[in-house]
Amino acid sequence: MNSGMESPKGIWWKPAHRNEKLWVGIAFAWCMVLFAMMPLWHLRGGQNPSGIRGKVEPQAFMARTQEFIRAYQVGTESGIPVVEPPPGSDIYLMAMMWSWQPVLRLRKGAEYTLHLSSLDLNHGFSLAPVNLNFQVVPGYDYGLRVTPTAAGDFRIICNEFCGIGHHLMLGRVIVLDDQAPGAGAGGGGQ
Amino acid sequence: MTRFRICPTTGLKVDPQADALIKANAVVATVALLIGGVSAIMVLLTRWQAVHLLPADWFYRLLTVHGMNMLIFFILFFEMAVLYFAGAVLLNSRVAAPKVGWAAFGLMVAGMGMIEWTMFTGQADVLFTSYVPLRATSWYYLGVILFAVGALVVTVLFFATLAVAKRERTYQGSMPLVTFGAATAAIIAVITLGHGAAIYIPTYLWSLGLMKVDPEVYRMVWWGLGHSSQQINVAAMVSVWYLLGALTVGSVVVNEKISRTAFVLYVLFISMASAHHLLVDPGFSPSWKIWNTSYAMYLAVLASMIHGFTVPAGIEMGQRLRGFTKGMFDWLRRAPWGDPGFSSLIFSIVVFGFVGGITGVTFGTEQINIIAHNTLRVPGHFHATVVSGTAMAFMGVTYYVIPLIFRKRLAFYPLARIQPYLFATGMLIFSVAMTFAGTFGVPRRHWDITFANAPFDLEFSPAVSLVMGIMGLGGILAAVGGGIYILVTVWSVFLGKPLKERTV
Repeated sequence: MNSGMESPKGIWWKPAHRNEKLWVGIAFAWCMVLFAMMPLWHLRGGQNPSGIRGKVEPQAFMARTQEFIRAYQVGTESGIPVVEPPPGSDIYLMAMMWSWQPVLRLRKGAEYTLHLSSLDLNHGFSLAPVNLNFQVVPGYDYGLRVTPTAAGDFRIICNEFCGIGHHLMLGRVIVLDDQAPGAGAGGGGQ
Repeated sequence: MTRFRICPTTGLKVDPQADALIKANAVVATVALLIGGVSAIMVLLTRWQAVHLLPADWFYRLLTVHGMNMLIFFILFFEMAVLYFAGAVLLNSRVAAPKVGWAAFGLMVAGMGMIEWTMFTGQADVLFTSYVPLRATSWYYLGVILFAVGALVVTVLFFATLAVAKRERTYQGSMPLVTFGAATAAIIAVITLGHGAAIYIPTYLWSLGLMKVDPEVYRMVWWGLGHSSQQINVAAMVSVWYLLGALTVGSVVVNEKISRTAFVLYVLFISMASAHHLLVDPGFSPSWKIWNTSYAMYLAVLASMIHGFTVPAGIEMGQRLRGFTKGMFDWLRRAPWGDPGFSSLIFSIVVFGFVGGITGVTFGTEQINIIAHNTLRVPGHFHATVVSGTAMAFMGVTYYVIPLIFRKRLAFYPLARIQPYLFATGMLIFSVAMTFAGTFGVPRRHWDITFANAPFDLEFSPAVSLVMGIMGLGGILAAVGGGIYILVTVWSVFLGKPLKERTV
């Protein structure tokens, strides 16, 4: 036997001990389980990050978002427009240094297509307190099909560094429930 | 002709140029560790909301400094030293072209100097990832390019040294496993630096206004660099595990075929599987993400699981050969737990595998990534891999490099004995606390999670303050451990007692 610091003597391509073989077998089987889980979960699971993907110029995305705001604006909060789009519609959220626009008022149980993009740098969409995170990249439209599963008052943290005002970048989503008011976990899903 | 020195402990023939290059690289690595460590304490005391030390601009600046110094300068200079050791020293060979080695060292130091200067003067507040279109001064990107070219030259020099050793028959049979592992690290380094050139040269030109860089393409190619550079660390760390096992308890290689094949799996699979950084990005399809994360079989994970078995098995067999044969665990109980090289080795294996490995593979899943991406779970994971794993192993091997290469007696040995315990415990608490905070959605790279001046209010669960406090305490404990390491190594090298030597 030699240590790892010494050259092995003679032919070293020898059969492994059965304990080693057993371990490699267990480890390989586990890796196959890991591999199988991801596509299976993609097909069977309730939440996937795939969405609708496309390229969009920042100017064009801003124009779409402004049109969306004009159509459904119901108020203003902290200088940010508040919109209440109809259930089932395409909704737009633009990230910029350092705010999320607009504030969204959604309905529990309704399905929306949430379009995310940035006007300047990379930003990070992080829904609090539910903890759902997506990357927001300038030039790319990320259309996530979401259905809020709980009513409440939610926040959007920016979790990708975007300059000195990064920690001020906080947005808001309100989910209304016509039947019973109350807060809880929201949810997304495709 | 090269005049060799005979190492009195191992009997290896050592080229004085290899000695000198190892020393120079190790010294700069320690300087980087010091800068990175001081900035780590500053960043830690800012994120610990009860202290909240730095203003916002210096927080993001020192976070950039911390990332670059630890993950690039400390780790890579140390790895350059590992390449000289595994290439020239372990093979009893001369360094193929020492002057080229010094030129590369000069390039790397110049690159590091440019980067440090741009970071500290506030011209590169872009964090470690510098995602385009976030812009730093052009000098920053040029510094990265110079540094990378230097590292690439050292890698090529390592391959040249392997060729010289083979031709001059300085060793018999196959190269030792540690050298083989270092060679896989060097191959991964070439792949990594290729990605580095593919992204930093366009980004440099972009910073000069000469071309456009797509932000999503930047993220994809940058992670080809950013992730595979971590695989250099893994391959180098595992090589150091085998080396430390041999040095501390005379551990043996249970089966060369199994261990070497596992290293080859790293080269074939791990360096590319960087798509898990892009799992919640808008630019890629699900099938692209799933395929490029797993390559159907997670064979790189398999490789680490194999080493996680063969390294401890080799330690056990080495201990049994040394006479610790009673019962099942006599070999473990009577292992040299007071030897900082040995305790570092064990902590490195355990924390890397059980905390770093499991957290990493977990978030490398599309759906789990939704609840982990850019939260504190991510730094929680990589502090368990690259700090408790790689840095811990490198620290452990330094306790042998000082007597064997610097030929100095270790100063403050009682402190050195407890150093791995302090550092490993601190980093373990720190990583686990960060991971918990991340599960509450606490963002990484964030100056103020109380959102004091934001347009809306947001309060995290009260548990977050508690885990952030625990993170602070763990981090301080680790910083004490890191401080002891720097004290012991710097004192030993510059003020320590020399050991006797012999030349031929």
